[in-house]
Amino acid sequence: MATHRIQITVNGEAKEGQVESRLLLVHFLRENLRLTGTHIGCDTSHCGACTVLLDGQPVKSCTFLAVQADGHQITTVEGLEQNGKLHPVQEGFWEKHGLQCGFCTPGMMLTSCALLNRNRNPSEAEIREAISGNLCRCTGYVNIVKAVQYAAEKLQKEEAHA
Amino acid sequence: MIPSSFDYHAPATLAEAVALLGKYPEDAKVLSGGQSLLPLLKLRLGQAGHLIDIGKIPGLEYIKEEGGMLRIGGRTRESALERSEIVQKRYPILVDTAKVIADPIVRNLATVGGNLAHGDPGNDHPATMLALGAQVVAMGKSGERVIPIDKFFLGLFRTALQPDEILTEIRIPAPVEGSGGAYVKLERKVGDYATAASAAYVVIGTQGFVERAGIGLTNLGPTPIKATAAEKYLIGKKPETAALAEAARIAAQATEPSADRRGAVEYKREMARVLTGRALKKAVERAGGK
Repeated sequence: MATHRIQITVNGEAKEGQVESRLLLVHFLRENLRLTGTHIGCDTSHCGACTVLLDGQPVKSCTFLAVQADGHQITTVEGLEQNGKLHPVQEGFWEKHGLQCGFCTPGMMLTSCALLNRNRNPSEAEIREAISGNLCRCTGYVNIVKAVQYAAEKLQKEEAHA
Repeated sequence: MIPSSFDYHAPATLAEAVALLGKYPEDAKVLSGGQSLLPLLKLRLGQAGHLIDIGKIPGLEYIKEEGGMLRIGGRTRESALERSEIVQKRYPILVDTAKVIADPIVRNLATVGGNLAHGDPGNDHPATMLALGAQVVAMGKSGERVIPIDKFFLGLFRTALQPDEILTEIRIPAPVEGSGGAYVKLERKVGDYATAASAAYVVIGTQGFVERAGIGLTNLGPTPIKATAAEKYLIGKKPETAALAEAARIAAQATEPSADRRGAVEYKREMARVLTGRALKKAVERAGGK
């Protein structure tokens, strides 16, 4: 059986691995790199708990092979905090109580980051559309939307001051 | 869930990819976006000894108008299609369609070519392409060939593609004066396959009569359905309420749905009628007919 030498930049750091063809990216992240912030929920491409950013775009890491990520940039929830400071999206989820059990939160936050990167001022409808591939079974969507709105305002303010 | 073992290949060119497919006849699958293939392998509904990833081949993702046609590269992501300016401006039926495929995260990987080549009657692009009279380009060992979309879907998960062919491009006739199209889908929740869905395309002549009509139906039979009797009925008619309703009724008769958790046969057939009526109405509005 073929294995492959892969190189992936994960949260800004170059990582290497020797992987089987069928190894899913989520398993590579969780088991090989021990980055367990990326969750496995449904395992059938529905729930979005395993969402990571692939070159800045949210993808479901349970439906992507580790070997496909060779040569690409991956961001997981562990990569959001910078220099001990929470990302505005993380701060938003904290301030607005955007989570109950927390299981969907890493995926929700990464999807929200990607949304805010391409649209700094999304409407409520745009936020709800963007996170429609991330399921929160606590049904905490009202506060999740508020958390993203908080982050959008914070990012806009930071940019106005910069 | 872990798929059963396979060998992964990442050819750098189309020619290499075609050669690899030829090397493992019956045992290789093309990996494009992987959003249908990988779930299928994980659930072990299917198996493949070799996955030929076309993800590293340059020049397969583009959207451009050229020679009176919209040309979409086979590996173009659904998210690129729905955000494309030219598509938003001139092909709103494609935006209707892309936006209801799976969910926004899946659409960052899922590809237009994959949606067609998978041959799943529950996929959304087939109906739209049938309505629009699209063509697909297949690359094999003896070169390229062009397949009209109404000759493409042969059965459940079966298409006209040979085992060593790769779908490289989709060609859609550019809109003409008085043309319009729409796709309307009924789904239980975001990300679900259609309970029923209908794509409609019309060309209305300067005298106000329908000159061309295309109707495609999703998940209402073992293959995507082209409702040819309903299309024929509309030709030469004024696109008014009664005629559109009658076309929708005829279209529903062409369906062969099966009962499942999305509904009973009678319900799905009725939804085919309702949704075709809505798609036609919207297509006519977009054509400037009303």
